[in-house]
Amino acid sequence: MEKVTYRELRSTPKVWGFLILCAAFVAAAGLSVLYIEAHGHIVTGMNNQIVWGLPHVFAIFLIIAASGALNVSSIGSVFGKKPYKPVARLANVLAVALLMGGLAVLVLDLGRPDRLVMAMYTYNFTSIFAWNILLYTGFMGVVAIYLYTLMTRGMDPRFLKAAALLAFVWRLVLTTGTGSIFGWLVARTPYDSAIMPPMFIAMSFSFGMAMFMLVMSLTTAITNRVYTTELRVRQARLLGVFVAAAMYFVIAHHLSNMYLAKKSAYESWILLGGGIYTKLFWIGQVLIGGIIPMLLLFQPRIEAKRGAVLLAALLVVLGGLAQVYVIVVGGQAYPLDIFPGFEVSSSFNDGVINSYTPTLLELALGFGGIALALLITGLGMKFLRIVPDNLTDDTANAPMPAE
Amino acid sequence: MIIPTTEKGAEISRRDLLKKGGAMATVTLAPGVTLMAFGGQASADGLKKGARWGLLIDAGKCPEDCSACVTACSNEHGWKNNGLDTDPQWIRKVTLREKATGRENSLPVMCQHCDEPPCVDVCPTGASMKRADGIVLVNRHICIGCRYCMMACPFKARSFVAEEVTDQRTTTPRGNGTVEACNMCVHKIDRGDGTTACVEACQATGNNAMIFGDLNDPESDIAKAVSTYASMELRADLGLGLGVRYQNV
Repeated sequence: MEKVTYRELRSTPKVWGFLILCAAFVAAAGLSVLYIEAHGHIVTGMNNQIVWGLPHVFAIFLIIAASGALNVSSIGSVFGKKPYKPVARLANVLAVALLMGGLAVLVLDLGRPDRLVMAMYTYNFTSIFAWNILLYTGFMGVVAIYLYTLMTRGMDPRFLKAAALLAFVWRLVLTTGTGSIFGWLVARTPYDSAIMPPMFIAMSFSFGMAMFMLVMSLTTAITNRVYTTELRVRQARLLGVFVAAAMYFVIAHHLSNMYLAKKSAYESWILLGGGIYTKLFWIGQVLIGGIIPMLLLFQPRIEAKRGAVLLAALLVVLGGLAQVYVIVVGGQAYPLDIFPGFEVSSSFNDGVINSYTPTLLELALGFGGIALALLITGLGMKFLRIVPDNLTDDTANAPMPAE
Repeated sequence: MIIPTTEKGAEISRRDLLKKGGAMATVTLAPGVTLMAFGGQASADGLKKGARWGLLIDAGKCPEDCSACVTACSNEHGWKNNGLDTDPQWIRKVTLREKATGRENSLPVMCQHCDEPPCVDVCPTGASMKRADGIVLVNRHICIGCRYCMMACPFKARSFVAEEVTDQRTTTPRGNGTVEACNMCVHKIDRGDGTTACVEACQATGNNAMIFGDLNDPESDIAKAVSTYASMELRADLGLGLGVRYQNV
């Protein structure tokens, strides 16, 4: 049987056009950062109540998706599912690219991004943020090693498996760290829950798989490479399971909150009376990001329905962004309960739902993060041998170069 | 400048940091212009061994229409609230109405100077720090403006500087893109004033709703008051051990 071969993408107008489009979005994000830097965050929609806005939504979405994208390679290397193996290299590059995109947004939204070097040498080890700096940079290193074992001809399969296992465990720890950013905020009713880290892991499985499927579809659309039916069907079914798993944690979180009297006011706000956040929850997160994708992905004869699978992946991403928006911004919009049992008012928005209107600057920065991730992935495909060249439905189970 | 710190794990790294960063306490901006951090030269009184500086606020003596403490703080530290959601507020007056009884009340809220400050725990660089005498501060020289402390603070005590600052006080360095909060007038404490701007202003109005002092000194007014009359911490359920206590809430 013919072996899977990998080749760099050819220089076609479509490939370069896509890369230039991504670069344009990255440039727009750069300009918006320069503008914010020159004027201060006063030109954004963020304020002293909503301190993390749209940039954080994109950043956290990308960081969550990054660890999930790596699962695509883990399923092949750690869990031995053959149809996934040919795309493991691409999944690794995509995972690192998504993380870089997310981190870029996060870092460029700092009040003092010029001081980033401070965060490199003045660590406070009680901070989950500081731990995340190590987990994120370590992730890139571990995935690079894993990629090396994947791309080296004649690599001992035991090394490959060890590197893959390390990367898989690392990504679980990493997403635990991301979820803990919120889970450990004891003062805020919407957070303060140990369910946050596992919920973020379930979300990452779903977001990362959806992002991979979109990138794979886009790549095969603008090149002559093939997204095999077997892989697409397997990924579609698995995405459906991941979406269900993420929804399970959301349901468990809300149910347990509803049971606690001190959190029931928050629940009735977010689920019924929270205006834009309630709409984003039910329409964005639950319907668009959950129910519709599951209906699409679990329908019979999915192998013949490429469009439905693609649409489902796109909806999972849009619903995921809505979900992260509800968590990040909605969680801050709900007032802190500093005086339980009292109605409060002040000049500092005590006791009221905090308002936030994102600006184009923040949107540009967020889109720039996605564009940067796609640009890095695209350049990776253009200059590295990470996309299978001869993959068809017949060769999908062919031996890997490293085997 | 000497900043004593406690001996617990997280504080040890902060102490090392401060030792190394001792030179950063005064930053020369230009010949003849020196920006002082953390109140500059500390006097012996300011670093009283074993001190736990605190405030006691009697809501029963705090009229709703009085905001002398807020104005004094703004003048002392140079922050201005022009009514924008991006404007800093180191201290604010909060009006309370008890849901069960309808009783109304008013009191100032500022950094509560926790024994176990969540802002210090979450700060990635250690810019949020606690001195051994209980004062919680932001080292504006290493704050990267991530705003995680603002997410973590249970009292919304912190503000983010969202634009260039003008008219800075030499005793209170501030900066665009960094987080700031009540520093319990650390410069006044370190130079031995024995009070804070808000407490001075409150006493000047005759309301006497605020007392400043060393909670660990049994002879201090504040220690005598809290040992005699009932007082409470905000969000005592969080177990943070606050340096600011309230009466008659």
